[in-house]
Amino acid sequence: MARAVTNRRKALNTLVAWSVGLLIFFPILWTILTSFKTEAQAINDPPLFLFFDWTLENYAVVQERSDYMRFLWNSVIIAGGSTVIGIIIAVPAAWSMAFVPSKRTKDILLWMLSTKMLPAVGVLYPIYLLFIELGLLDTRIGLTIVLMLINLPIIVWMLYTYFKEIPGEILEAARMDGAALKEEILYILTPMAVPGIASTLLLNIILAWNEAFWTLNLTAAKAAPLTAFIASYSSPEGLFYAKLSAASTMAIAPILILGWFSQKQLVRGLTFGAVK
Amino acid sequence: MATQHSRSAARIMMAPAVVLLLGWMLIPLTMTLYFSFKKFLPLRGGDLGWVGFDNYVRFVSSSAFWPSVQTTLIIVGGVLLITVMLGVLLAILLDQPLWGQGIVRILVIAPFFVMPTVSALVWKNMFMDPVNGLFAHLWKFFGAQPVEWLSDAPLFSIILIVSWQWLPFATLILLTAIQSLDSEQLEASEMDGAPPLARFGFIILPHLSRAITIVVLIQTIFLLAVFAEIFVTTQGSFGTRTLTYLIFQRVLESQNVGLGSAGGVYAIILANIVAIFLMRIVGKNLDS
Repeated sequence: MARAVTNRRKALNTLVAWSVGLLIFFPILWTILTSFKTEAQAINDPPLFLFFDWTLENYAVVQERSDYMRFLWNSVIIAGGSTVIGIIIAVPAAWSMAFVPSKRTKDILLWMLSTKMLPAVGVLYPIYLLFIELGLLDTRIGLTIVLMLINLPIIVWMLYTYFKEIPGEILEAARMDGAALKEEILYILTPMAVPGIASTLLLNIILAWNEAFWTLNLTAAKAAPLTAFIASYSSPEGLFYAKLSAASTMAIAPILILGWFSQKQLVRGLTFGAVK
Repeated sequence: MATQHSRSAARIMMAPAVVLLLGWMLIPLTMTLYFSFKKFLPLRGGDLGWVGFDNYVRFVSSSAFWPSVQTTLIIVGGVLLITVMLGVLLAILLDQPLWGQGIVRILVIAPFFVMPTVSALVWKNMFMDPVNGLFAHLWKFFGAQPVEWLSDAPLFSIILIVSWQWLPFATLILLTAIQSLDSEQLEASEMDGAPPLARFGFIILPHLSRAITIVVLIQTIFLLAVFAEIFVTTQGSFGTRTLTYLIFQRVLESQNVGLGSAGGVYAIILANIVAIFLMRIVGKNLDS
């Protein structure tokens, strides 16, 4: 990788790359900056970049008027819950497919992937109807189940590709030494699988946190997570740029931080191991 | 190697995931198929009996259908074109030696982590608003008349928003692919005096072709389902009603479930056509 380059060439690369990077990042930066302005400053002409009276009042107002914490809590429960349940169901499945493969393993994996390709809108009404019948509409448990199911294929796939990388000889050796299935899982597999499970956890929390079809269509007031809360700003009253920015900043900040940790897993998780 | 005992254990371990996904697939799918052959209006009489393929014919012959197909194709095609082209360029740029590479990468990837409702509303209000948006200020600064983005150039606006969200995905995958390129090959061609454009055309691009195919297929599946970006910006007006949005309106807004379900079946068939190609590639990868 270490190709010899002149410093001038490197400086030019740096300049271009940073300009492009900042341009792409700018909408996020602008949102964060605007969240610290007053509403009047937020629509000032000309726009104010850095020199304004920084204030935290928008954050207080958003919490006070809309009970922001409730939406945040809904997001945490739904994204976290669906991911954890998904992983509990997926670990045994991925483990058995990686270490006790059969002729049908490949077909099962591909079939699972195919359920992910089902367009949500195609099954919108059945799910909506089932939710009404089962009393799940606008509940956290209902949304947790749906998000768990739509992400389950990705979770199984990610775990499978990670487990595949654990050398089979280690298991063979353990079996020779007479390790039982339970010991095999507990003492050999678990320590080696933890990094893969952690990455899977991270990426799927991000995906569930940002999901914006089912969360918009299956919730009203009670179980609405942040995606739906932000959508309520689409028909606002009065000045709202600074408040929208504050709410948005709070909604994306935790995921931006998690996301930066999971850049590498993103590729593996979203291409189903086809690009590594 | 695997004993009978471990085989049956494996089957039991796989069962919960398989059963759940099977249910998740079959139950709603069967219901959608069932409704699609019925005249079913929950708010106006409920189940009004079987109608055969009537809904399928009516969905396709309604005046909203072809425009929605066109809109879908323009949005999907536009976003794919922009994200793949810029993605290749960005990936090559980020692969060059430069200072602060890690930070630039983070800046470029960030939009992917922004939830769709946030990015759509931020673009709609703070950039595209004809009075207070940054674009309006920019246009005025250069003495031009501000543009009413979402009503005068609605498709372009939505393509811009969605491209901003998906460019990081394309870039990241293409960058990963470029980094797996054998640098000795590049160096050799450089020493042989191959001009940059030839290096790009004969070495980098062929090497990327598989990654590009994967980006196109995966994005197509997600882009066919774009919803929140339209929901919070134009609500499907100004010619931004995609197939997905049209079905959503038929089912939940006008509560014509039979008609909407027939549309849903079309959407499922469409997505499956794309999915088959993707599965082929992924499946091949499993064998190797």
